[in-house]
Amino acid sequence: MQRRYRIDKGIKYLLFFSAIVSIIIVFLIFFFIFQSSLPAFQQIGLRNILLETTWRPTNGQYGILAMIVGSVMVTFMAIVMGVPLALGAAIFLAEVAPRAVQNVFRSAIQLLAGIPSVVYGLFGMVVLVPIVRRIPVPGNSGYGLLSAAIVLAVMILPTITSVTEDALRAVPRSYKEASLALGATHWQTIIHVMIPAAKSGIIAALILGVGRAIGETMAMIMVIGNSVIMPTPLTDNPLTIFLRQARTLTGNIAVEINYATGLHESMLFATGVVLFILIMIINASAHLILRNGERS
Amino acid sequence: MNRAELKASSAVQSAAQKQPNRSNLKQRHLSQKFAFGALWVGGALVMLILLVVVGYVITNGIREVTWEFLTTAPRGGLSGEGGISTTIVSTVYLIGLTIVIATPLGIGAAIFLTEYAGETSVGSKFLRSLINLVHFGVETLAGIPSIIFGLFGFALFVSVLHFGFSLLSAGLAGACLVLPTIIRTTEESLLTVPMNYREASLALGATKWQTIYQVVLPAAIPGIITGIILSVARVISETAVFYVTLGGSARMPTSIFSSGRTLALHLYYLAMDTNAFDKAMATGAVLIISIILINLIIDFVSSKLTAGLRENQ
Repeated sequence: MQRRYRIDKGIKYLLFFSAIVSIIIVFLIFFFIFQSSLPAFQQIGLRNILLETTWRPTNGQYGILAMIVGSVMVTFMAIVMGVPLALGAAIFLAEVAPRAVQNVFRSAIQLLAGIPSVVYGLFGMVVLVPIVRRIPVPGNSGYGLLSAAIVLAVMILPTITSVTEDALRAVPRSYKEASLALGATHWQTIIHVMIPAAKSGIIAALILGVGRAIGETMAMIMVIGNSVIMPTPLTDNPLTIFLRQARTLTGNIAVEINYATGLHESMLFATGVVLFILIMIINASAHLILRNGERS
Repeated sequence: MNRAELKASSAVQSAAQKQPNRSNLKQRHLSQKFAFGALWVGGALVMLILLVVVGYVITNGIREVTWEFLTTAPRGGLSGEGGISTTIVSTVYLIGLTIVIATPLGIGAAIFLTEYAGETSVGSKFLRSLINLVHFGVETLAGIPSIIFGLFGFALFVSVLHFGFSLLSAGLAGACLVLPTIIRTTEESLLTVPMNYREASLALGATKWQTIYQVVLPAAIPGIITGIILSVARVISETAVFYVTLGGSARMPTSIFSSGRTLALHLYYLAMDTNAFDKAMATGAVLIISIILINLIIDFVSSKLTAGLRENQ
């Protein structure tokens, strides 16, 4: 009897320990990344890091503005391309598709989500880049923002689709029934009742998609070209800006961390800090929106 | 509402009723048809994207996937020659290491969060705020991009702890990466275990831990297994974390301090450093096929789970 209860107590502390491990890990991640980036922030200065566009570690120039712009641009383009399709797919899955199609479609989305990012990157390099290269613009290598954004749009599709589908399914059945009983068609019900009711979930889905897009690393390295320049149009036509090569914040870390030393290495951690803060802002806003939705 | 207002409103109503004598139902049905047509096209487009990506990689890659390809070591370096045997071994080792580290911690955390959260005995306020904090931690971990885990693993395990670029460093970083997945899925499956199971066991005189270990956990097994398999899939497809912690040696790993490369990492090196796109494609095909297999296993386990739930009710 005594022994059983002593074991019980002991196990409780063990479980308690494993529960706080995730807090400890979060704390350690914060600590190590911020601590390692400290020399960079102290010696180069926040202004020079965030507002300079020249990244030349051998020359002591460590501006990451071009990469911030690269990350933001490619994410924005991916959202513009991917979101309409993802929302359509979610509505299709939740409301329109017959059950048999739903099952196949859901497995397809699951598979799309599971494909390794390097496979998307490889597909981009082998299939997409040669197609983009055919656009007759001088200086167009095929690698660049457009190819990267297309790859990224496909990669964020499953996240946005499945979270949006969940949000649509969470709308109380009575809302839909009431609307149909008033004589609205199914489509009117979707547009005027279901989507407004699922609004907060849908916005959260979009924000999660943005987070995934900003955090994607390997596929971006493989198709975006990785040169650190402020994206500008290649010719007089402003649209050719999308054919420009770029580099993302994530790519900057991955490409250079294995050989960087000293201040350069510290600067890569600083790039991580900027990325970290960007993601935290994005996630926190998703969290807030979801919670507000639950309350109402 | 007084009588005059009532009259006015009924007048408005009758006017409104007169208007749609010409019903717009047909038009509304037409717009529904167009909209649903567009949705079907969108759905078909998503399927098409999947088929093109998966189909292209598999049809172009599968030709290279021979027994020899699977069992020869890659040459490594700038040469794209050779097969993928050592990368398969590294991947399996890394999966094992990650799961061994993350599973006990993840399951333990999930048990604490679900089974002890309602406990009101000592310092319940402290406990509640702690559990909120843990939930916050899990959510934060789930949202952090993988390259940050890589950076962290590089700083702590590779540099500070001097594990170097090794399976151990990568496994520890990978465990941090999959921990939220295991905690969440285990938590969900523990929550589906009916309360009266616990009550019955406690009423028979079992301690809390006996109840958890012998009653609650067995009932939650399929969900826990799903979480573990999801983590396996994550380790197989993850690249960024291991790119900065595993080192990328193409040699056969001999201990947990050996450097190595996973299949996904090997694909990356082939595509970026060599011209062996056919071998990269073949590696991609192997990756996709293993992910498909894993998805099938998950579907199988979760169908077991729903069947089990039905039995419970």
